[in-house]
Amino acid sequence: MVVGRTLFARTIQLYLPLAFFLVAMLFPFYWMAITSIKPNRELYSQKVMPLVVHQPTLTHYIELFDQTNFLLWTYNTMLVAVVTTVISLVLGVMMAYPLARLNFPGAAIVAIGVAATYLVPQPLLFIPMADIINRLDLGNTLSAVMLTYPTLLIPFCAWLLMGYFKSVPRELEEAARIDGASRAQAMLRVVLPLCTPGLLSAGIFAFTLAQNEFLYALIFLSKSEVRTVPVGAITELIRGDVFYWGQLMAAALLGSVPVAVIYSFFVEHYVAGLTVGAVKN
Amino acid sequence: MAVSPASVARPANRAGRVATRRSIFEREGVFSWVMLAPGVLFLLAFVAYPFFYGIFLSLEDRRVASAGTFVGLANFATQAQDPVFWQVTRNTFVYTIVATLLKMVGGLAMALVINQRFRGRNLVRAFLLLPFIVPTVLSTVAWMWIFDPTFSVINWTLRTTGVITQNFSWLGNASLAMVSIIIVNTWRGLPFYGITLLAGLQTISPDLYEAAAIDGAGVVQRFWYITLPVIKPVLIIVTMFSVIFTFSDFQLPYILTHGGPANATHLFATYAFDIGMSAGVLGMGAAVALAMLPALAGLIVALTLYLRRE
Repeated sequence: MVVGRTLFARTIQLYLPLAFFLVAMLFPFYWMAITSIKPNRELYSQKVMPLVVHQPTLTHYIELFDQTNFLLWTYNTMLVAVVTTVISLVLGVMMAYPLARLNFPGAAIVAIGVAATYLVPQPLLFIPMADIINRLDLGNTLSAVMLTYPTLLIPFCAWLLMGYFKSVPRELEEAARIDGASRAQAMLRVVLPLCTPGLLSAGIFAFTLAQNEFLYALIFLSKSEVRTVPVGAITELIRGDVFYWGQLMAAALLGSVPVAVIYSFFVEHYVAGLTVGAVKN
Repeated sequence: MAVSPASVARPANRAGRVATRRSIFEREGVFSWVMLAPGVLFLLAFVAYPFFYGIFLSLEDRRVASAGTFVGLANFATQAQDPVFWQVTRNTFVYTIVATLLKMVGGLAMALVINQRFRGRNLVRAFLLLPFIVPTVLSTVAWMWIFDPTFSVINWTLRTTGVITQNFSWLGNASLAMVSIIIVNTWRGLPFYGITLLAGLQTISPDLYEAAAIDGAGVVQRFWYITLPVIKPVLIIVTMFSVIFTFSDFQLPYILTHGGPANATHLFATYAFDIGMSAGVLGMGAAVALAMLPALAGLIVALTLYLRRE
């Protein structure tokens, strides 16, 4: 890559566009954060300069915890995300391993099926799904979302892990088999440990996808006690025409924290998961 | 797990070993299908079955809490004669095409910028990906406030700098509302393009550029003949992915505009939701959702084949 030799060239090529992208991508988060600590008289004034906070306050946070079930929503969201991530990882591994490493009748069809189900978007399925969940009598239970989220996550985990499983040399596994390991042992003790980065990527991805899900949660969870953060915020902090902006922003900010924290610890795995499908295939 | 050098050699009679030493569970086919069964059954029950059940529903006049009767293609015929349906179709295509082009060009620009050498590059990359990882509904709430008719920070900036005297109604005007949801979709999806294309760019050897530069290739030529061909496969996959999920987008327009004003930002997914869930006309809603199928099926088949080609 040709790097600008002078400061001027470097400013044009790098610093200016970089600043533009950083501001454009991060401004909404800054806006979310400062709005959540502005008192209402600053929020609803056309005269006060809005880009900074003049008299910060925690009122909105206190009211959010006081007047809504925000903590319960957070608990529900985390519980659902963790349970569905674990289910999806286990079933994803169980599907990816034979697809990536073994020969058996029907392998091609299953592989195509996994890829296709991964790409089928939710809006194609939500109406029949709503009817099915109703008939199973699971409306307003967290089981409804725990049952439906893995439909989005399993194909993704399986697809991502297939790539990692394929990269483990066959000789290692065969050696273990000759030493007396069963197929299951060879998988659990030899292949899986070597694919830890893949498992981490798939897990983190599944976790963020589960936190991001909105459509099924919106349809299935209409009681406040079972809601997740996105649905709770949208349905209870917007009442008719009244928007509780301060509390909305506080909820949006706090609701983003779990994902952001996990992401900050595992950025590299996240990026790897994002690019492995696109670049390696 | 100890691996002795001798054992690395492949056994001569693999079949015999399997038959004598292992139970039936160790057979490749049996083991594979035992492992696959839970996942396959789950996906059959909760993806394949709803899919076909949706087709069945679209052929009925089914409403919530009442039995339906078979009506053939009547739901589809009704939609085909409804101008709102065609408006929704046009909205969805405009939204998908414009947002995809913006994300593609912007993402490529972002990738080229980050691909330069500078301090703190990984940190910058991590921050730039934030819009993509934060739950969409929550970040869209921030955008809703940015677009507020009275307290929009964009309006404040334009007013203060003297560009406008009257506030724009970002979400209240039909064309501006479409512009607004496209802006937010682009904001959220652009980093996905940027970071994946960056990974593609990083596979290009600097030698190639040097060789081209020695041969007298300019910046534009190097981009056109080296950069673009190398990242083309990544660009195709990322774009097809993104088109599938932009075309069927629900969260963003649902939160920002609810399809309004006057259906100007209704996409297939939000329109199907309004009919099937809010109004409770399941059969008609399923038909509207299925209207996405021809375009989506084409994309899904193309991408599935492309992904398996490796």
